[in-house]
Amino acid sequence: MLRMIAWRLAGLLATLLAVSVVVFLVMDVLPGDPAAIMLGTSARPDTLAALRLELGLDQPLPLRFAAWIGGALTGDFGTSRTYGVPVAGLILDRLAVTLPLALMAITLSVVLALPLGILAASRRGSFWDVAATGVAQAGVAMPNFWVGLLLILVFASTLGIMPSGGFPGWDAGIGPALAALTLPAVALALPQAAVLTRVTRSAVLDVLHEDFVRTARAKGLTKRAALWRHAVPNALLPVVTVIGLQFTFLIAGAVLVENVFGLPGLGSLAVQALQQRDLIVMQDVVLLLATLVIVVNFLVDLSYLVLDPRLRASA
Amino acid sequence: MPIRPAGLPVLAALAMLVAAAFPGAVLAQPRDTVTVGMAIEPAGLDPTAAAPVAIGQVTWQNIYEGLTRIDRDGAVQPQLAREWSISEDGLTYVFTLRDDVSFSNGVAFTAETAKFTLDRARGEASTNPQKQFFATILSVEATDPQTLTVTLSQPTGNLLYWLAWPAAVMVEPGSAATNNVRPVGTGPFELAEWRQGDRIELRRRDDYWNPDDRPALAAATFRFLADPQAQAAAIRSGDIDAIPEFAAPELYAALEDEADLTTVVGNTELKVVAGLNGRKAPFDDPRVRQALMMAVDRNALIEGVHAGYGEPIGSHYTPNDPGYVDLTAVHPYDPAAAKRLLAEAGYPDGFSLSIKTPQMSYAIRSAEVLQAFLAEIGVTLEIVPTEFPARWVDEVFTRHDFDMTIVAHAEPLDIGIYARPDYYFGYANPAFDAAIVAAETATDPEERLARYGDAQRILADEVPALYLFVMPKLGVWNAALTGLWENEPIPSNDLTDVAWSN
Repeated sequence: MLRMIAWRLAGLLATLLAVSVVVFLVMDVLPGDPAAIMLGTSARPDTLAALRLELGLDQPLPLRFAAWIGGALTGDFGTSRTYGVPVAGLILDRLAVTLPLALMAITLSVVLALPLGILAASRRGSFWDVAATGVAQAGVAMPNFWVGLLLILVFASTLGIMPSGGFPGWDAGIGPALAALTLPAVALALPQAAVLTRVTRSAVLDVLHEDFVRTARAKGLTKRAALWRHAVPNALLPVVTVIGLQFTFLIAGAVLVENVFGLPGLGSLAVQALQQRDLIVMQDVVLLLATLVIVVNFLVDLSYLVLDPRLRASA
Repeated sequence: MPIRPAGLPVLAALAMLVAAAFPGAVLAQPRDTVTVGMAIEPAGLDPTAAAPVAIGQVTWQNIYEGLTRIDRDGAVQPQLAREWSISEDGLTYVFTLRDDVSFSNGVAFTAETAKFTLDRARGEASTNPQKQFFATILSVEATDPQTLTVTLSQPTGNLLYWLAWPAAVMVEPGSAATNNVRPVGTGPFELAEWRQGDRIELRRRDDYWNPDDRPALAAATFRFLADPQAQAAAIRSGDIDAIPEFAAPELYAALEDEADLTTVVGNTELKVVAGLNGRKAPFDDPRVRQALMMAVDRNALIEGVHAGYGEPIGSHYTPNDPGYVDLTAVHPYDPAAAKRLLAEAGYPDGFSLSIKTPQMSYAIRSAEVLQAFLAEIGVTLEIVPTEFPARWVDEVFTRHDFDMTIVAHAEPLDIGIYARPDYYFGYANPAFDAAIVAAETATDPEERLARYGDAQRILADEVPALYLFVMPKLGVWNAALTGLWENEPIPSNDLTDVAWSN
């Protein structure tokens, strides 16, 4: 098992290196000269040349790549062209919003979805099943930014009990910060919970038809005991996979919800850097996101070992 | 038995009585902070280093000031230069500077500072986005601490106007390099905090030089909300006090009905024009361009694109600009005449062209309306989405690879771009160039405006671009807030005069 983990770690590092090269090359072929974008529609050729020189854009590609990776390895992630501040600090500020938000959303999603999905599967065809699948169906169809707008309309505009958006920062206190994250977390969690409910339901249903559940029942276990002791633990594998995917989505793909709530998160940083052609910020953010996806996948793989004794035996 | 602090309830009851008797005196504190919503966050805070208008919208007049300034009516006023004299030949400007001005880092403002600023902006390594403003400056001399002498290579009638721009604000040598992050200016506010991606906070300076213009606001916050729905929710719920430029006209009508909000539709400097590539056929034929212009009903277009907010234009000039001439009647909507003109130019059956359209909603909707209008005269318009600014700057602006495009030109008084041979319109007309030179070198203001009139007429006549409309400034703010600019003679959010009326 240790050897397997070591192999996975080596693979992780190799993937990261490959990703960094690809990220750099992709950024370079993007249309649009960062200097031209900064100077706008009245730019003159001599001003443009001066700015390109100042930004180091006249350097050859391999040199710029070496400078970037060399810096990143020594903890220097460069300076944002848009903001003029170190990218590392910028990303940390954004993570302080995005990570708690994603954690809140994923927790909410799991807390809602697992019981609902298991309930629906264990009483297949009952009122509970129809209700749960119906709600989940509606939830899947609702885009999260739309849920966000709805929440703002109800809780901020009409009732006036929640902030309509923005983030006061953690130094404003835990209370205001959490209040600012609550509506966006709900907006993100509801559609995710809907997906997770369906996945949980079908995973549990699949397992309920497996031989080992039938064996357990034949041994004399009650339906309920067979469900909780044998079916649910085995059904968790696909569920954990989906949770892992959802978490990476919440880190990188929450842009629309961040936009609706005016939250300074990582997703909006990435989009804004793209629009401004702030190459160094884009490179760093994409590298970070790739790292997160790879690490989460790694953790999901490890959790298989914990959840499924058969995998542990073969490893 | 614990001792009960018997006095407290009594005191509390007394306090409540007093509060009930004088509700205004005890409870209401005069509000002296404001939160302003903007759609776009500035990229950096140094308007002398990069072009995006949001930079000036946060910093100009709030943090930085110039030798001159533009007032809310678009007129040039003295600022750090108290007064000036111009030599007979229009080549020498002698500015008398204020002697009581300091930057927010404590450094005094002198003629040496002004010389540094102007030399830096026009110098070899300058990345000033409006470097051309300073092109005719031959030398700058600090004659004495309060006297600045600027010598020009040719008369420059717009000099005082250019010097009022965000790109020409006064900076101090010691802080110039870091202004992008930690702006230092002579203005009434200084930067308190910039939470990138979220907000910029300003606080009033105690040592501001101008007692007449000392702001009523102790602090101001700019918050950045790109989503129009989010903007509407924030202003309705009171999280934001003002949105000087509301992003969505179709949501604006609903805000007009809210009793505790003030809505004001003003003008901006943003000219929405559909530029034609004059370097290629058939757009090198003025008759074709005129026919395209006559195919468009500008009022209907504004209705479709901007819910009716906005003002039609007939040339590259706005009603805010000095010397504006209404030329919308030069090529009025007349599809029949447009068809005749096309036939005359050799296209009786029309032709096909493409329009490179940025992703901004005004551009997409305008292109769709244009498509419908042009179809009526047999011209097929293909819409090619082109991401702005990166792809657009690369393809249209730099490589001139387009038939037609559409963009809002934000710079005030930028009619001179048609005289640039390398500009994207590819427009060449010696008579126009002469009119621009005459306007820019005129020493007499009347003469200057008359020549700008000529330039406007030539463009209206020759149509190097389809002149569509001036973008409205859809202002919405708390009804108790006063002093915000209604029009936008220059992109800005001058907070100097902003105050709460209760």
